[in-house]
Amino acid sequence: MTEALLEVKDLLKYFPIRRGLFSREVARVHAVDGVGLRVMKGETMGLVGESGCGKTTAGKTILKLIEPTGGTIRYAGEDITGLSRRRMKHFRREMQIIFQDPFSSLNPRQTVGAIIAAPLEIHRLAAESEKEDRIAHLLRQVGLPAASMRRYPHEFSGGQRQRIGIARALAVGPRLIVGDEPVSALDVSIQAQILNLLEDLQEVLELTYIMIAHDLSVIRHIADTIAVMYLGKIVETAPNRELYLNPLHPYTAALLAAVPVPDPNLKRRRMVLKGDVPSPVQPPSGCRFHPRCPRRFAPCDTEEPVFKTVAPEHFVACHLY
Amino acid sequence: MASHQIGPMKNDYYVKPVSRALDADGGVCQVTPGSASGYYETPMRRIFRRFLHHRLAVIGGCIVIALLFMAFSANLISPHDPLSLDTQRRFIPPFKDFSFILGTDEMGRDILSRLFHGGRISLVVGIAAMFATIVTGLAVGLMSGFYGGRVDNLLMRFTDTMLCFPQVFLLLVLAAFVTPTVISIALIIGLTSWMEVARIIRSQIQYIKEQDFVQAAFALGASETRIMFRELLPNAVAPVMVSATLNVANAVLMESYISFLGYGIQPPLASWGNMLTNAQSYFDLAPWLAILPGVMITLTVMSFNFLGDGLRDALDPRLRM
Amino acid sequence: MFHFVVKRFLQAIPLMIGVSIIGFSMMHLAPGGPLAVYTLNPTITAQDIERIKHVFGLDQPVYVQYLKWAYGMLTGNWGNTFFGGRPVLEVILERIPATFLLMGSGMSLAMIIGMIIGILGAVKRYSVFDYLATTGAMIALSFPTFWFGLMTIFVFSLKLGWLPSGGMYTLGGEENLIDLLTHLALPTLVLALVLVAQWSRYTRSSFLEVIHQDYIRTARSKGLGGGRILFRHAFPNALAPLVALAGIQLPWLFSGALITETIFGWPGMGRLFVDALTMKEYPILMGMVMITAVAVIIGNLMADVINALIDPRIRLE
Repeated sequence: MTEALLEVKDLLKYFPIRRGLFSREVARVHAVDGVGLRVMKGETMGLVGESGCGKTTAGKTILKLIEPTGGTIRYAGEDITGLSRRRMKHFRREMQIIFQDPFSSLNPRQTVGAIIAAPLEIHRLAAESEKEDRIAHLLRQVGLPAASMRRYPHEFSGGQRQRIGIARALAVGPRLIVGDEPVSALDVSIQAQILNLLEDLQEVLELTYIMIAHDLSVIRHIADTIAVMYLGKIVETAPNRELYLNPLHPYTAALLAAVPVPDPNLKRRRMVLKGDVPSPVQPPSGCRFHPRCPRRFAPCDTEEPVFKTVAPEHFVACHLY
Repeated sequence: MASHQIGPMKNDYYVKPVSRALDADGGVCQVTPGSASGYYETPMRRIFRRFLHHRLAVIGGCIVIALLFMAFSANLISPHDPLSLDTQRRFIPPFKDFSFILGTDEMGRDILSRLFHGGRISLVVGIAAMFATIVTGLAVGLMSGFYGGRVDNLLMRFTDTMLCFPQVFLLLVLAAFVTPTVISIALIIGLTSWMEVARIIRSQIQYIKEQDFVQAAFALGASETRIMFRELLPNAVAPVMVSATLNVANAVLMESYISFLGYGIQPPLASWGNMLTNAQSYFDLAPWLAILPGVMITLTVMSFNFLGDGLRDALDPRLRM
Repeated sequence: MFHFVVKRFLQAIPLMIGVSIIGFSMMHLAPGGPLAVYTLNPTITAQDIERIKHVFGLDQPVYVQYLKWAYGMLTGNWGNTFFGGRPVLEVILERIPATFLLMGSGMSLAMIIGMIIGILGAVKRYSVFDYLATTGAMIALSFPTFWFGLMTIFVFSLKLGWLPSGGMYTLGGEENLIDLLTHLALPTLVLALVLVAQWSRYTRSSFLEVIHQDYIRTARSKGLGGGRILFRHAFPNALAPLVALAGIQLPWLFSGALITETIFGWPGMGRLFVDALTMKEYPILMGMVMITAVAVIIGNLMADVINALIDPRIRLE
């Protein structure tokens, strides 16, 4: 079995809530509560879920932008979970991130050239004389003219700024890129452009992606494997087509049913979930989804379901299986 | 900024807006003239234009420039040596003798020349104190905002403790300890005024730190120093500029207080404050001795205050950077 | 509520300790040390100084001195003055009533006038009155307090002869209320100048925030009159930052009082401070610095508690 580029096991991230005289921890936000992933080289893993399910936190924790509370993260076989900032610097060249908001992801006081030069300087990847050429090359790679490097971020549109962000991420020559909803803030037509760019880059540069999104149509387009998150836990993981054809977990089924299909003649069963997403501070007992699950039965409110293989490459955590 | 200024004032528009429009929450806001014409306005230009709308701020700015010029060229523009005394010509009232256009004091020294030279001293102290304040406040605020946690706690407690002391009391005690030179006075004023600046910087840094581009810098593996000086500080310039201007006003005021009481700049070196020390005893004989230096102090402080206020409004928190 | 008060109170304690440490360090950082008045005097021999040091306990390690001094502070033993050997606490306490009288009247005047101006400015935003008031506030903040004092003496005392130019009572006259009030008038006015400016700006700002809220619009659409809206709906909600302002102004109130007392010869703490400065009476100086700092801490504590009483959101935080 080929080794995964990234292997995450039982990742935990809790945020303490402090109250009282001495700031005692009275409760915790269980943002990420046992996430496991295996991402193979060259593949695109899609991580989907509603807002607040912890997917962004999971993405940032995997990159060690947020310190994990527990679990392990292995990159190319090496355990990076407990590494200090100094030791992580080496891995920063391997894994990068693209942010959701094109307007706050670039320093408004720096030229585009300076923004892209920063990673080159931090890791000493180019001599002074070569810098400009490298930056020009990166800009062209993302579809922007080299002259952009002398301009400021506010002179560019949202889509163009995302391209700049991608160029910055590519500057260190990473193998893994986490996209934190990279197209959510863009117009639909621009979304397609950026997604195509990402796909092209993946092919040319042999990149591995973890794409975080809440928009299933985007994920459907770009992901090879999809992991569905609910309230800090992964409830189902399956290859793209398999998930759409055969969603096993009731939550996945509800998510897919909610995607609008532009065919007025198609009759579909409405699967409206009852209630609201519970608070991650006090998650429901047993299976997290049980209060809203239309197929709930006896063990669901007491025992947590185990994440297990149900079909080839298809994993679910649900008592139905 | 301690004694005469308290914190940012919102809604402090004392200039009628050019045209009114309702903004989203029903409040009245300024419509930017020219924005519909398609001319792209960089943030700098917008700030400058907003600044120019505040007539008082512009007037303040012009007076400040005039005062700085006066301070710089005091030697050139003074008709007499400010130290030369002649008991034969004491108490000449203003406008009586054209070679002593503003009159003479109790030692026969020309008041106009003393005002110029005293102004130089007062302004030098004011500006030097401002630098001391800004540097200290930046250091404390940056550390506090960036590191958070225990460091923040400790530094903020220290700041709160210092804020409990009335500035004049502290200044006088410290002034009694040191030999009163221009530098030492400027330093002690600086060391007792930094608290507001630290608070403002801290909150600004905390805000900026959450922006994606700072997270991106962390993700790239940038060192803490690099992040502080390249990403955080340049975006905190706006409140620093406002603080700096208002600080000069406060520093000039403080210097005048302690010099008046005899603990600041020592005679025969003139400063506006110590020119007033004995003025009370000569009230019926020579009231101009008391009026003139005070007018200069008020004019200076007022100009810096207007300038700072105009800057603050022009840099409007809504712009945030 | 009780929880809140206790929490605030406990938070004030490290502040008091911090204040005492800083106060103590300042005294010992003085060139010549706390006995500067002796060490800098050439007629006193080194042996005498050693003896004096021993008597005052200054030859012991710093932290021991600090603890002894702190203990003394808490139990009311603030040392004796260098000249005259009177207990420092007593000397300070006899000056406090005059200063508190001045501070109280200054603050009250400032609050009343400042709030009226601020509310009027907020209600009639951008009117001529508002423009004048705001600009006037800016100008008022720029006056050096002592100079304004000198000018008022010049105008009201020397030229117009309406009000006395100094002291608390007329010398040799009967010390009745009228006399006190005429003497109090100018110092109060001078002290209040800067405070009025701050109150009017803060009040205006706070009211403007409240007036634009939707619940005010609702009240107006219900047909409620302007005055009623102002006092029953707007005012209580605008109050919180203003109470905080009172707390924040305390240090300035002391500073301003010091300067005002010097100009008007008002027999209060400020005057005592300046006199002690001339004579290098460190025990008095330190005592006063500590008193003012502690007063500020207590004042802010009270302001917070009052705020929690009137604004339920605060105590639930």
